[in-house]
This record gives sequence, C-alpha cells and structure tokens, in this order.
Amino acid sequence: MTTQIVTANRLDDGAVVYLSADGRWTETVGCARVGNGSDEAEDLLAIAGHAVADGLIVEAYLIPVTVENGVVCPVHIKEVIRANGPTTRLDLGKQASTQTAAA
Amino acid sequence: MYRYDEFDHTLVAERVSQFRGQVARRVAGELTEEEFKPLRLMNGLYLQLHAYMLRVAIPYGVLSSLQMRKLAHIARVYDKGYGHFTTRQNIQYNWPKLPDVPDILDELAEVEMHAIQTSGNCIRNVTADQYAGVAGDEIEDPRIYAEIMRQWSTLHPEFSFLPRKFKIAITGAPNDRAAVKVHDIGLRMVRNEAGEPGFEVLVGGGQGRTPMIAHTVRDFLPIRHLLSYLEAILRVYNQLGRRDNKYKARIKILVHETGAEKFTAMVEDEWAQIKDTPLALPESEVARIKAYFAPPEYDTLDDNSPEFDAWRGGDRDFDLWVRANVAEHKVPGYAIANISLKPIGGTPGDATADQMEAVADLADRFSLGEIRVSHEQNLVLGDVKKRDLYALWQALKTHDLATANIGLISDMITCPGLDYCSLANARSIPIAQEISERFADLERQHDIGELKLKISGCINACGHHHVGHIGILGVDKKGVEHYQITLGGNADQNAAIGKIVGPAFSGDDVTDAVETIVETYLDIRADGESFLDTYQRAGLEPFKERLYAAH
Repeated sequence: MTTQIVTANRLDDGAVVYLSADGRWTETVGCARVGNGSDEAEDLLAIAGHAVADGLIVEAYLIPVTVENGVVCPVHIKEVIRANGPTTRLDLGKQASTQTAAA
Repeated sequence: MYRYDEFDHTLVAERVSQFRGQVARRVAGELTEEEFKPLRLMNGLYLQLHAYMLRVAIPYGVLSSLQMRKLAHIARVYDKGYGHFTTRQNIQYNWPKLPDVPDILDELAEVEMHAIQTSGNCIRNVTADQYAGVAGDEIEDPRIYAEIMRQWSTLHPEFSFLPRKFKIAITGAPNDRAAVKVHDIGLRMVRNEAGEPGFEVLVGGGQGRTPMIAHTVRDFLPIRHLLSYLEAILRVYNQLGRRDNKYKARIKILVHETGAEKFTAMVEDEWAQIKDTPLALPESEVARIKAYFAPPEYDTLDDNSPEFDAWRGGDRDFDLWVRANVAEHKVPGYAIANISLKPIGGTPGDATADQMEAVADLADRFSLGEIRVSHEQNLVLGDVKKRDLYALWQALKTHDLATANIGLISDMITCPGLDYCSLANARSIPIAQEISERFADLERQHDIGELKLKISGCINACGHHHVGHIGILGVDKKGVEHYQITLGGNADQNAAIGKIVGPAFSGDDVTDAVETIVETYLDIRADGESFLDTYQRAGLEPFKERLYAAH
C-alpha cells in the first residue's frame, strides 16, 4: 500500500507547501497529512482541489513518502530537495531557517 | 550600445502595466492558474522547484554598467542576493514573489530591460558572440544585426505562437564563439567574392533529446535580405512544423524529416515572394542602427606595454590569468578580459549582488562602462587597456572573480539541474563542484589545456552536454541519479555531437571517470594536441578501455 502526501506551490511566493493534518498548508513536510492507499490519496487530492480553486496554491500533486517513528520523508530526491532547498546552498530554502536556528 | 527610442520605451512600459493588471487579477482570484500561466510565461515568469523563477533578457549579451547595477539591486531587494547567468545570455532570479514581479519589471524598464520572449513558443532572445565589436577576427559587428532581429522579432504577431520555442544566434567572425551550429537558425557573417559582407544561413541545429548540427541553407545572403529570409524560414516552419508532439516540434525535426534540400527549396520559394517587400532592409536603417554600435574613441596606444610584460614576468598567478582569460583586441594596446563565473567549487554562472556591482564599477573604471555575458556563463570586459590589466586582475581577486580558468576544465557550462529546475532528473551543480575541486590546481588545468566540459541535468540539454568535449548528462535510473558521459562534442565552427562512451556512472563515480578520461588523454596525447585533437585522432576506444577496464 502506497503512503502519500499532497504537495503544491503557494500562489503568492511559489513556496513548496504540504496539506497538513489540520487542513492547512504547511511549509514543513514533517507536518504533512499522510494518506494510506488510493482512497485516502483521493481524499487528499480533493481537498487540494478546493485550495487550488480558492487560489491558495497551484499545481497540487501526490508524492510517495516513508514514515518511520512518525517522521515523514519524501521518497524521491526531487521531493527531498523541494522539502529542504538546494543541496548546494544550505543558506537557501527551508533548510536556511534550520541553519539559522542551529547557529 | 543600443538605446531605446520612444517606441521601445512605450512598448515595454505598456507591457509591464498590462502584466501588473494580470497579476492583480490572479491574486484576486479573477484568473485561474490555467488562464494566468500563459500570461506569466509571456513575461518570463516560471514556477520552478522552490519558487517562481524570472528570466530576464540580455539582448545579444550586452549590458551597461547601469543595467548591471540594476540587476544587482533586483537580486538584493527582490531575491536572495544573487542571480544566475545562463547559456542564452539571460539572467535568472530563483526566488521572486509573484506580487513583486511587476515592480521588478518596472525597475528593469527604467534601464531599458525586460523579460519579454524569454519563455514561450516564440523567437527567444537573440544571442551573439561575446567578443562582438572588439574581436580581431571579426568581419563585422554582429550586434547591429542582432538588434535589427530583436526589433523585428519582438511581439511579431505571426511568430508569437510557433510550434515550439525558437532560438537564433549570430557571429560576426569565422571563429564561432556563439555556437551557431546548434541553434534553430545560426548566422555567420561572411564576405562574397566581391568582398561584400553578408550571412551564411544555417538552419535546424539544436540539442535536447534529438541533437543535430544545422544545415547551411544559404552560403551568402546579402544584408538587405536578412529579415525577409528569416521571415521565409519562420513561415515554412510555422506552417509545417509539428504541433501534435512537442518532442518533434522543433525546426530541426522538420528540416531532418523534409530533407535539407527540399526544405531549402521551400524557403527559397517563400522568400521569392517577399524579398522585395518592405521587409528589405534599407541601407539608411542599417546605418542608423550601426551608429549605436560605432566603435568608441580608443586611445592611440602602443600594442607593447612594458608594464604589462613586467607584471606578467613577475607574477605567476597574473600570468596564468592572462593566458586563460585575456583575449586579443582589434585595437593596439587594448585587450578583452574574461571574468570567470566559475570559481573553484562555486556554482557556475552565479553572481552575487555585490559581485555584479563590483563588475559594474570595474567596467566603468577600466572598460568604457560596458559588460558582456557569454553563452558559456561568464562575463567579459571588452575594452581594457593592457596596462590596466594588472590593476583589474587585483580588483577582481578581491571579489573572487579572478579564477584563471576560461576554456579550461573547471570553466564548465552547467544547467541548474535538480537543485532548482522542475524538469531535471539529476543534479548538475554538485557534480560540477566536485569536478572543479578535483581539478582545482590551476597549473594542472593549464597543462591539460583547452577542455570544454558541459553538464546537463536532463535530456533538454540546457547545459549543452552534447557539444562538450566531455559531456555529462544526468539521468534517473530507478530513482537514483546517474551520469552518462559523451566525448568529442564541439560547439565551435567545427561543431559536432559527442558520442556516448558507455554505461552511465553513479554520482559517486562520475568525477573519477572524468579524471580517468583526462589522465588517458595526458598519457596518449601527441605534442601540441588539445584534448579534442587527441580524441579525434585516437577515437573513443582508449578512453572506453580505461573507463571500463575494471568491469
């Protein structure tokens, strides 16, 4: 059974976002609502469809993830990069705030 | 350089105003993304992996210092402090916010810049030799004709919805620095038997998933017929180019499937009907545009500069920089200085806002206030006095802009790859950085000599890997990045498509593979041979044997 989350880009700034458990759009992949199997994936996409229609997000789609010890992690490297930022510039993207916090 | 007239100013200002309204309607929910997407793309605004990406045109790669300062300002105020110079002589910003884009375009318009036709199925920014107007081998300055083509193609109603994007490049010199043979249309300035300048017209070159070298469809086209002939080519393509399959929609496929001879005949038939219409270029109009590109008043200098020779003799690092980065100028006592945007371990083509401002200042101080962007993702100061080169080099060093590697292995064309691009299958930049670090020793790079390494993160070939002496293509193999290596590609007047050397390498192995290729070359090269010379003499086999010996 495939485990998936739904991702998109925010209309305003293009930022990568994920549908969260509370129905909002979060920048943190770890807070994404996980769907198991095709029925739950359909539900996620349906919610995303409303957000697209409301002009909050664009280009919503499902991505496979793994969940280990409650930690959600995209399977494909492209989605790992989307979730974090460019691998060559750790000062850019979402990872930049992690770097700042760690500093 | 060209200065906007009132028509240019009005056109760009109206376009920005129009887009401002479109953005406002999108944000207000009055336009769907489906409706808005073609409108934003017409203004160079893409949606990439992490954010929007704005591609700004730098017509034929020429910038004033004022324009460069504006690019720096935009990077600092609206983006994340840097920009990326591309193989189309454009600059891309990777992080703009949608509501800011009309303001960015307004700021660009203040310095006669825009993002029109940097996306979409239209005639894209015309590119040219970065040494235009200053190269010693030049027949005529190609920027004059690039500017004429810019004016002709901008918002051309007949060619705004072509089967696919359309790229034109022009060189004024026999030594091709603009890669004209791998463009939809390539133009080379030539002279006929009477000594008159004109164009050799090449059609149907390109890279991507079906790489092809362009065919010459006309050996000599008189200057007055430039636009009518281009119009004839575009008309044939617009009518017959495939629209049912985007992968087969480029003109190279049409030329290939029709046959170059038959395609040429169709173009000539179309041209015969329009060659003597108002599309014919009046001499007065050519002269008017030419006046914008009139050579500056150069000082009368001795070509020999004792100070310059002394600095070269006394400073090995400066000498290496001159050997790699300085090219001959047509005027005695002057030189062309290339500024590498490929520092060891850096991201090829990136420049920070501070670096852009530094280059603008140095252009004012040393090079008549003008900067060029090369299709190889570097910058050029075209008019530097030889006696100023040492001071220029010292100033460049303080901004990490003095890497002495132009044309050497670490001067790589590299696409943004999977770190930024939504089309990519694999990362390009980390591979470039690792290879650059491996070959960091400049003395070794100079010993290796001219070696053009080019990296693409997908089959679209934005990193020109097909025409790299060593080409690297990122591919996705069951979710893992792998890299296919080609050898023997070439983008100059002897353009060739590289040949695949064998099975792809993992990301961990690709730098070792490049090193093996280079070491093989060093082992078997004859005296005076470049990498490409050796490859052409010895073929693929010796490289293949060494690369796969352990398998």
